[in-house]
Amino acid sequence: MSENLKKIEKITSSKYKYGFITNIKEDRVPNGLNRNIVKTISKIKNEPQWLLDWRLKAFSHWEKMKEPKWQNLNYPEIDFQDLCYYSAPKEKKKLKSLDEVDPELLKTYKKLGIPLDEQKMLAGVAVDAVFDSVSIVTTFKETLKKAGVIFCPFSEAVQKYPELIKKYIGKVVPYTDNYYAALNSAVFSDGSFVYIPKNTRCPMELSTYFRINAANTGQFERTLIIAEDNSYVSYLEGCTAPMRDENQLHAAVVELITMDNAEIKYSTVQNWYPGDEKGVGGVFNFVTKRGICHKNAKISWTQVETGSAVTWKYPSCILKGDNSIGEFFSVAITNNFQQADTGTKMVHLGKNSKSTIIAKGICAGKSNGSYRGLVRINKGATNSRNFSQCDSLLMGDKCGSHTFPYIEVKNNSSQVEHEATTSKIGEDQIFYCNQRGIDTESAIALIVNGYCKDVLDQLPMEFAVEAKKLLEISLEGSVG
Amino acid sequence: MLNIKNLKAQIEEIKILNGINLSVNAGEVHAIMGPNGSGKSTLASVIAGKEDYEVTDGEIEFESEDLLDLAVEERSNKGIFLSFQYPVEIPGISVSNFMKTCINERRKQQGLDPMPATDLLKLMREKMELLNINSGYLSRNMNEGFSGGEKKRNEIFQLAMLNPKLSILDETDSGLDIDALKIVANGVNKLRTENNATIVITHYQRLLDYIVPDFVHVLYNGKIVKSGGKELAYELEEKGYDWITKK
Repeated sequence: MSENLKKIEKITSSKYKYGFITNIKEDRVPNGLNRNIVKTISKIKNEPQWLLDWRLKAFSHWEKMKEPKWQNLNYPEIDFQDLCYYSAPKEKKKLKSLDEVDPELLKTYKKLGIPLDEQKMLAGVAVDAVFDSVSIVTTFKETLKKAGVIFCPFSEAVQKYPELIKKYIGKVVPYTDNYYAALNSAVFSDGSFVYIPKNTRCPMELSTYFRINAANTGQFERTLIIAEDNSYVSYLEGCTAPMRDENQLHAAVVELITMDNAEIKYSTVQNWYPGDEKGVGGVFNFVTKRGICHKNAKISWTQVETGSAVTWKYPSCILKGDNSIGEFFSVAITNNFQQADTGTKMVHLGKNSKSTIIAKGICAGKSNGSYRGLVRINKGATNSRNFSQCDSLLMGDKCGSHTFPYIEVKNNSSQVEHEATTSKIGEDQIFYCNQRGIDTESAIALIVNGYCKDVLDQLPMEFAVEAKKLLEISLEGSVG
Repeated sequence: MLNIKNLKAQIEEIKILNGINLSVNAGEVHAIMGPNGSGKSTLASVIAGKEDYEVTDGEIEFESEDLLDLAVEERSNKGIFLSFQYPVEIPGISVSNFMKTCINERRKQQGLDPMPATDLLKLMREKMELLNINSGYLSRNMNEGFSGGEKKRNEIFQLAMLNPKLSILDETDSGLDIDALKIVANGVNKLRTENNATIVITHYQRLLDYIVPDFVHVLYNGKIVKSGGKELAYELEEKGYDWITKK
């Protein structure tokens, strides 16, 4: 270690002596971001030295980086020194009955068709014996254990399976990748870890279970999924129910590793608070999601994005292995003053690799939606193919929709197709539905559902139904 | 059933209907004929309630109720059906899904629960048989990739499903070959009862060989200039519209 580093080390560690770090029972660190904060978080989580070192390297790197400005988004400057980077999951105040819950929230639950007991759980009402969530979770855990599947919080995995974390963390999304990935790497709070052993098909969708445990994962989530050779897993993140969160900034990282002949299906329903109809409040969501496919492996990203005031998100695939497949299916709805800049990256390295992109944007109100996608086919990726389809649907005349496709092909045996359309919901379509007795609001829901069908069909069954209803709710009041 | 008095309507200041009077009773079939631009399709749209048209004078009563105050879907739920000249595509929505939505929206208005899926399927099968429609049809998307004939047959299928009191067939014969025309006309005839009425809008007499009208009206410059029995259609076919419009 150089003299300088030693000095720094000394100063920082001496500071901590008097600082907050001794008081690890404190469930919140002071605002601001510095090495001490990073150390504190690591210490609270009882992390091994190598992970702290990794966090600190990420932090040093982040300090040198500049916030990206290339995206087609407009939001006020974020003061990163005025944010709190760690607060322990707060025990929510338990309510006695649903009568105490915000009626607006209940109305939405009802429209989504969420069972009563689950409503209670989501709203933080003490759940009675009928809905024994603990026993359900136990049953799930048993089934998964039998199959050899590991599914646990990220912080638990750091303690129990440090060798796996060490081997794979940051391998797909290095902390040098981008500003928000560096930030996440330095201060990530928690998230999920999934490991599917060789020749194993995960016996259940990792969704219902997740939904029950989804609360309080924190604003800097980190997810790592490893699918060994010949394995399969379908994972669903998020929740169709509205997520109210006090944290304005969310910066998550998701890394997927698909070994030979393995497949990961990753579905997201994002319904963070989008701000009110005047554009006040709402979550800023900056997410880095990427997966790597080895030989004959496949990754399928499906996302339904309806929430957040600002969304910056490009789930991507690195098609490293020969014959690997990457898919991206996306519906992004923006209403009122929401903004979304989302899309994907498909990087073809292996021969005969294939990718499909279906992106559907729906803009209403005064919102702004952009598709941004990169298809790169490297020299060695001979006979590769990509098909992209980007459609935008506009509602009203105050919203905007943009498409930014980037295509780079470096060999001449590959094939790339790109189709894009922009349309408005036709008055004729609405009149036609009206004439058949369907009111305008239902007509729009019907037309939008039809428009998104290709993507919704990719979602696991139970969520597809809820997602359809979610689209309707997201567009409520968008008809002038 | 339907009473139209001195109906005047315009679109963007262009006067299209200039005082229509028409009375249709249950059990009757009325044909409305006339040259291009005479206002036939506008009349159909105004009865259905299309907002593009502004009604400047007159009234439309349906079963003794003022229709002009009602929204398009309310008119539909009262039992008015318009078979479109150009049926629109609704990508991603299957015929069965669309029908389910129509039927259940209607039932909701009437305070009924949604129709059980098995009943709905049975009803659809029954109506498909009536119109010689094969089984793959229900899972196709609404009018997407349909031929002209298939689109029109799809309109009549919806008519059969919704069982309206008053059906308005707007140029249902256009774009149909003779076989398709027969099937469509046959379907319409089978659906006729003493309690419902049909308005057939057409250019040509041909369709009226198959759907025989009780009354024929000639529309010209937004007015009904001549009315008569079915023989009027033959006379028109023979003498052309000039015979009336030049008077």
